[in-house]
Amino acid sequence: MLNAELLLNALASGLLLGGFYAAISLGMTIVFGQLDIVNIAHPAFIIVGSYAAYALNDSLGLDPLLAGLLFTPVFFAAGVVVYRVYHAAFEARGAEALRGLVFFFGLLFIIEVLITLTFGVDYRLVDAVYIGGALKLGPVGLPWRMVVPFLVALAMTLGLHLFFKHSFMGRAVMAVAQDPVALQLMGAKPVRIKQFAFGIAIATAALAGAMLIVIGPVEPSMGRLYIGRVFAIAVLAGMGSIPGTLVAAIILGVAESLTATFYGPSWAPAVAFGILLVTLAVRPAGLFGR
Amino acid sequence: MRHTGFWLGVLAVAALLGVVAPYTIANEYYFFAGYVVLQFVVLATAWNILGGYTGYVNFGSAAFFAVGAYSTVALINAFDPPMIVLILAGALASGLIGLATGYLTLRLRGVYFAIATLALAIVLETVIANWDYVGGAGGAFVLRPKESPVFDKYIQYLFVVMLGLAIVAVAIARTIEVSRLGRGLAAIRDDEEAAAGAGVPTLRLKLLATTISGALMGAAGAPYPYYVTYVDPASAFNLSYAVNAVAMPMIGGTFTWLGPVVGALLLGTLQQVATVTISSELNLLMVGLVLVAFVILAPDGIVGLFRKLFGRAPRR
Repeated sequence: MLNAELLLNALASGLLLGGFYAAISLGMTIVFGQLDIVNIAHPAFIIVGSYAAYALNDSLGLDPLLAGLLFTPVFFAAGVVVYRVYHAAFEARGAEALRGLVFFFGLLFIIEVLITLTFGVDYRLVDAVYIGGALKLGPVGLPWRMVVPFLVALAMTLGLHLFFKHSFMGRAVMAVAQDPVALQLMGAKPVRIKQFAFGIAIATAALAGAMLIVIGPVEPSMGRLYIGRVFAIAVLAGMGSIPGTLVAAIILGVAESLTATFYGPSWAPAVAFGILLVTLAVRPAGLFGR
Repeated sequence: MRHTGFWLGVLAVAALLGVVAPYTIANEYYFFAGYVVLQFVVLATAWNILGGYTGYVNFGSAAFFAVGAYSTVALINAFDPPMIVLILAGALASGLIGLATGYLTLRLRGVYFAIATLALAIVLETVIANWDYVGGAGGAFVLRPKESPVFDKYIQYLFVVMLGLAIVAVAIARTIEVSRLGRGLAAIRDDEEAAAGAGVPTLRLKLLATTISGALMGAAGAPYPYYVTYVDPASAFNLSYAVNAVAMPMIGGTFTWLGPVVGALLLGTLQQVATVTISSELNLLMVGLVLVAFVILAPDGIVGLFRKLFGRAPRR
């Protein structure tokens, strides 16, 4: 007999988890979906975001999400630098497929080791007023540590969606995604636009990392768990679609939450892989793909 | 002539390391360290069959390796078969996983295969951690046989087993390289559409390469439980295997069998020295930095650099 209360709780926490998954996947949607760059180091940047938020929270008592927001310009700059190196070493030489992947793989590994060297392998966590309590809606209990990141993630998704739909720079990024050669013929510089978009993508990791450490304790190698998830979401969303990212993230969040509730939490990481494989086998273009 | 030279060289290395060394070197440490280096020769060579020859990146080497290791744990629990059965079983299990992953993702762009292998490592680790028969998340102890089948010390025996695997792996890689299969794979790497247009059965060749590559990695993992005597998912699936399996061919050079061997010997030995002298984290940092430096600055690896210096164009 299916327990209705249990099911309701699982669905609600899956929805909240999905919002957070959207936040961690937006950067991947931009870089992988729109720029066609396979940045497998993206989750590592998210972990850096977590530790940055932790550092400010631990030393100054700053709210972790505010700290994440403050770090976005720094992450933007880091993203620009990474793209510059990537472009000069691989894209401009036309060798991005194999070597570019290996480059990001190496980067992921270096970041992980550097965090381990700086902070050690212990789990770290942050303090904030909303960590600990829960929002009670009838039989459903929603922990504030999930609700607050969910709301921030929604705002972030909406903001990026409006940015890509309506601002000049955002539309320029969409144009690069569609046809970089045509853009070059019209006198625009795809490299500068891509560099900007890559910066935005890495900037989202600062805030997403702060959310991650609000939701639960973080350790250096945790990013790997998210590689499957962010790719599953980016592919399921349909390459480059921001609203698609939110929908796909919520599907994954709910699927994982149901799996964790009814089969045990240790099976949850396998759900993303299942979704990824099924998507690739059935509809590689994703839900909202062109 | 080139073939005779290669096989004579293999014979000389086998005789020197496999027969002379165990009777002349007394310090067990060298065999412990040598085992790890040879294990990386197998992993790097196996990775290169798919990564270097075919151009499809596998980030899940650790998973294939761990499947070999865990098939050994399962078989020891069941009926304790001899080493050769363990190795063949490990190769079979990993080869089948390679075939299945390839079948599901190799028809799409190469990046999807790469991502699938990354995710595969996570999923298999989840499965093993939930499988109590092989120790689950807590790990399993493995007892070595009391007597070594040859030589005095069991570690010398393991060293020779791994030496045999390394020789088999290199021989397979070289045979592929000079065969029709190797040329087919190279055609896929250089331009898959053109290869398909010219009548190369691309999917079949890619699946073959994935299976062989996976099987060799599984074979490398099979003796691992006897080497460490305690296996747990976190160490068997350690990302450093995956990084090293990519880094070694990239550093050595990916177009010939010699590249992964040179990369594995250099980077493997360097890491063995580094673990003794500096911390293991710095050691891993070094691997990552060397990998990124090579992939940016010397994409054809050490073998490529030598060829450039001595005026021979790389045999692409």
